[in-house]
Amino acid sequence: MVNATINGKAIQVPENTTILEAAKLNHITIPHLCYLKHVNEIGACRVCVVEIEGLDRLVSSCNTYVQEGMKIITNSPKVRQARRTNVELILSQHNARCAECVRSGNCELQTTANDLGINTFPYHEDIAAFRWNSDFPLIRNDDKCIKCMRCVQICEKVQQMNVWDIAKSGSRTTVGVTGGKEITDPEVHCTVCGQCITHCPVGALVERDDTQKVRDAFAQGDKIMIASVAPAVRTSWGEKLGLSHEEATAERLAAALKAVGFNYVFDTDFSADLTIMEEGSEFVAKLKNAAAGKPEKFPMFTSCCPGWVRFIKMEFPDLVPNLSSAKSPQQMFGAIIKTWYAQILGVEADKIYHVSFMPCTAKKYECDVDCMNASGARDIDVVLTVRELDRLIKSEGIDVKALSDGEFDAPLGTASGAGHIFGTTGGVMEAALRSAYYLVTGKNPDANAFRYVRDYDGIKETEFEIAGKKLRIAVAHGLGNIRRLCEDVRSGKAQYDFIECMACPTGCAGGGGQPIEEGNELGESRGKILLDMDRKMTLRFSHENPSIVQCYKEYLGEPLGEKAHHLLHTDQSKWELWK
Amino acid sequence: MSRLSIMNETKAQAAVESLHKDLERRVTGAPPALCPLDVASSYLKVCAAQTCGKCVPCRVGLPQLERLIDDLIDGKGNMKTVETIEKTAEAISTSADCAIGYEAANMVLKGVKGFREDYEAHAKGHQCTSEGFRAVPCVTLCPAHVDIPGYIALVNAGRYADAVRLIRKDNPFPSVCAMVCEHPCENKCRRRMVDDAINIRGLKLYAIDHAGHVPVYREGEKPAPATGKKVAIVGGGPSGISAAYYLGMMGHSVEIFEQRKRLGGMLRYGIPSYRLPREVLHEEIETLLTAGDIKVHKEVSIGGKDYPLSKLRENFDAVYIAIGAHTDKSLRIPGEDADGVMSAVTLLRRIGDEDFPDFRGKKVVVVGGGNVAMDCARSSLRLNADKVTLAYRRRKDDMTALAEEVEATEVEGCEIIELAAPLKVEVEDGKAKALWVKQQMISNIKGGRPAPKDASADPIRIEADIIVVAIGQGIDSHNFEESGIAVKWGCIEAFDSEQVKGTDMAGVFSGGDCVSGPATVIRAIAAGKVAAANIDEYLGFHHPITLPVDIPDPVPHNRPACGRVKMRERPIDQRIHDFELVEKGMTQEEMEQESGRCLRCDYYGFGKFREGREVKW
Repeated sequence: MVNATINGKAIQVPENTTILEAAKLNHITIPHLCYLKHVNEIGACRVCVVEIEGLDRLVSSCNTYVQEGMKIITNSPKVRQARRTNVELILSQHNARCAECVRSGNCELQTTANDLGINTFPYHEDIAAFRWNSDFPLIRNDDKCIKCMRCVQICEKVQQMNVWDIAKSGSRTTVGVTGGKEITDPEVHCTVCGQCITHCPVGALVERDDTQKVRDAFAQGDKIMIASVAPAVRTSWGEKLGLSHEEATAERLAAALKAVGFNYVFDTDFSADLTIMEEGSEFVAKLKNAAAGKPEKFPMFTSCCPGWVRFIKMEFPDLVPNLSSAKSPQQMFGAIIKTWYAQILGVEADKIYHVSFMPCTAKKYECDVDCMNASGARDIDVVLTVRELDRLIKSEGIDVKALSDGEFDAPLGTASGAGHIFGTTGGVMEAALRSAYYLVTGKNPDANAFRYVRDYDGIKETEFEIAGKKLRIAVAHGLGNIRRLCEDVRSGKAQYDFIECMACPTGCAGGGGQPIEEGNELGESRGKILLDMDRKMTLRFSHENPSIVQCYKEYLGEPLGEKAHHLLHTDQSKWELWK
Repeated sequence: MSRLSIMNETKAQAAVESLHKDLERRVTGAPPALCPLDVASSYLKVCAAQTCGKCVPCRVGLPQLERLIDDLIDGKGNMKTVETIEKTAEAISTSADCAIGYEAANMVLKGVKGFREDYEAHAKGHQCTSEGFRAVPCVTLCPAHVDIPGYIALVNAGRYADAVRLIRKDNPFPSVCAMVCEHPCENKCRRRMVDDAINIRGLKLYAIDHAGHVPVYREGEKPAPATGKKVAIVGGGPSGISAAYYLGMMGHSVEIFEQRKRLGGMLRYGIPSYRLPREVLHEEIETLLTAGDIKVHKEVSIGGKDYPLSKLRENFDAVYIAIGAHTDKSLRIPGEDADGVMSAVTLLRRIGDEDFPDFRGKKVVVVGGGNVAMDCARSSLRLNADKVTLAYRRRKDDMTALAEEVEATEVEGCEIIELAAPLKVEVEDGKAKALWVKQQMISNIKGGRPAPKDASADPIRIEADIIVVAIGQGIDSHNFEESGIAVKWGCIEAFDSEQVKGTDMAGVFSGGDCVSGPATVIRAIAAGKVAAANIDEYLGFHHPITLPVDIPDPVPHNRPACGRVKMRERPIDQRIHDFELVEKGMTQEEMEQESGRCLRCDYYGFGKFREGREVKW
């Protein structure tokens, strides 16, 4: 332990604690903009500077460790002056038309400038021009970038995709796509995971805002408006709407979406169950084929995360044939709603306008893949992230606090616990194993039997036995971990039967389309909400979901059957990475 | 009003003068690999501030040039802009009234030609070729990219053996380099912006002086598993041994073929022991040979009839040729074949083999102005010569030798005659009697150096029994040329990977002096490191050499401007009578002060981004 004082108060912290973290532990706030714990501790913004008694110059608290006997002052006149000047300098290069910015109210620069009481501005404005392909699901506003480098670091260190790099030189230094290329350049391997967005302190990186498309569809007036809600959305939608987790239930969200005007609100967790039926059956069929001596490629990879699918297509194209051919729950849902449900409603597919609410930015890409559409219309019309969902609700003037719980519509609003846990790392695998066990043995396993795959290690591996057959399982989340796993699979160093991959750390709960909470990684706690929901349910097996049973009985026939194959499966090798 | 007044410097003038000095230091310490256009533009701003404002090309033209270059940097220009810049600069260069204008324009023109690809990159792609290159200056400028801030931090922390280990990650010769490295690392040391460069070599010397014996492997460490691949290394100098060291660590079987009796190459046969004691060299080489399966064959010459390159290639999976530059160059003047005229190579080779000639009662003249000439002059003093004179055809300032070597040569008692070009050797009974030199005057600058030309003055006679010719070395490359290796100007030709050029040369690598021409120890070592990496890849492996120790993070402290610690030397009257080491290391206080001056560019500034260091290669 190290003893020091902050603003005269004696503190004791473990060795190698930064001044910033030590202050936080002692309820002293030091404003900061570029700092991202363990990822970006480069002392670039110089807003977190503090004074240390005996030192002439200020030090950045984010990357200076507390030393024995250090006397730290976080608010001396010298500190205040320097901090204020540095924020003003940052503002001189920032398009501060906050009223037009989606991050207004959740912007570190805005908060810091407001908190410091900056209300006059002494510098020339020097704001970069906007230059970006606005069709791409991920938008970079150069005019808002504060060059904190967080995006560069998260993409390089955590996701290991190196999409962003420092661009230009000298005082013109900024951030750009690596090699000065366009984001859509085939050599730039952006998976659209959105982790750069959720770690941007300002509005420099944002999703393409598609809320107006939805409003336009409402305005058109002749469409049946259908909303579907992904598993992880229910864990986070209330965060920025002033709701506690207890208040922000899936049912209240259903009510909110009804209030927005949707005719039907369905649960993507239903189609997660559907995915399990198809993917689980595919896996069991592969096992049977292999046992019969037919050539089958193992491991089989899950295919529900489009960031991961983009990753494997770009980085490990030789492993693409190992992907399950099952579409993601979103795309299965798109196909089912515009076929079976359209039939139930007695309308043509193009009469339906389906908005998919996702914790994900890559889903915006996925719904645009040409070969995806099986219904004759666009299977999914628009994907909105949770952030856009919140903006949509707000723009409609809905007081979510005053709403009571609503209900998902039948039959596509019914889901099992297995479907719910799709939104967190290990969940797809666990759900798949529950049903695979049933498919092989005809009996349900203990629903908690596969809990092992649930913790938050980057790569988890384990073995399960189903009917005497030992299955080697791996689960990875975060593209850096996934890369390591894929390298081992490719080289033969690691051998598995079934692998789940989710591009974002912690899975969809920490997805790139989730609300942004500065300084907090909420993926784990959101994931636990889903695990809790599952645990409290009696319906915990996808194959027992009555709506699933009904869907196969009335429409699809058998899993992997002809209709299912046409509607619910895809060949990822045909997905264009960008048009 | 008085009719005249004396000139006093005002406070403002004094401050401006001081700013000029600051800028001078800052320009000297400029980070490597800046955007060249940004440099051109900012220097133009300085030039424009200096204009007197009278004539048009300078007053109006320079700011316009600056704007045009800025347009290019900002991505608002095109090739037309480059053309306008060129035309404008040419017009200013030819029509400005005084040097403020035309020299400024010449700087721009120099840039347009010198870094044309950067101009074009900005004009066409709106981007800079130097993007993303923001490394630590000392590490960048060290040819072997030694982790300098890392080992300075370790020295500061008293972890001397770890400092040696860290250096060996990139340079197997910390002891040798602590004594004789030309320390290009210090050239752009950021500390120059504050006061002066860190004495990096001095801190390395402190580390090796206090580390004790540091074996290649710590307890439990060993080379990579044997690969079964065999690599031949031709030449047991710094480059060859460096390659052998890393290849040995990587698990390859290495055999070194050395032409002479002892290993060391120019370290032994070029550098006298008062700069690099033999026992230090010997111990370092012995340690390095324990890195793996490394065999040494001495007094074997490769490339001739006895052992042609083809035979070596049959017996080994890869070959690294690092034969150095050991042949002498002659003056081509009458009387050069007289007794008493010898080449620097001959003299230093004899000393290297500990066969010391006795120059007692003799007058020695050394011809040349490089480090080798200084070594010959200082060795001659130690061989008890009556008088040692050094003749050089340019001026002292123009010498290629390090300034501190020239200074040491002079203070040890060697007279330096500048602007003296050898004319003939006066011979009596077959023996040299004197060197006649033609007097020179310094003239126009050619290729960046002032060229001498004959002065209309009488030749000078310098009495001499011994004349040492130290005007550069060549490479004994013709045998290799006959084996099909490409040779240009006597140097072996190789790609940047050190793979040699020529027909059917797969698996043959070459580096060091025999490729670059006579250069520095650290460049030879770096070449050995590059060879090891590329030979490893060629053999189908990828053995990384990794960071062996953890580096302490800096503790913030004040950094007041402070002088640079100089190395101590033994008193002149003592040292000129023996071949013992001249230099003495820093004291502990000096080491602490000097290492504390390091600005830790691996941590501060851009350093903290991306680890601050190359953790493996």
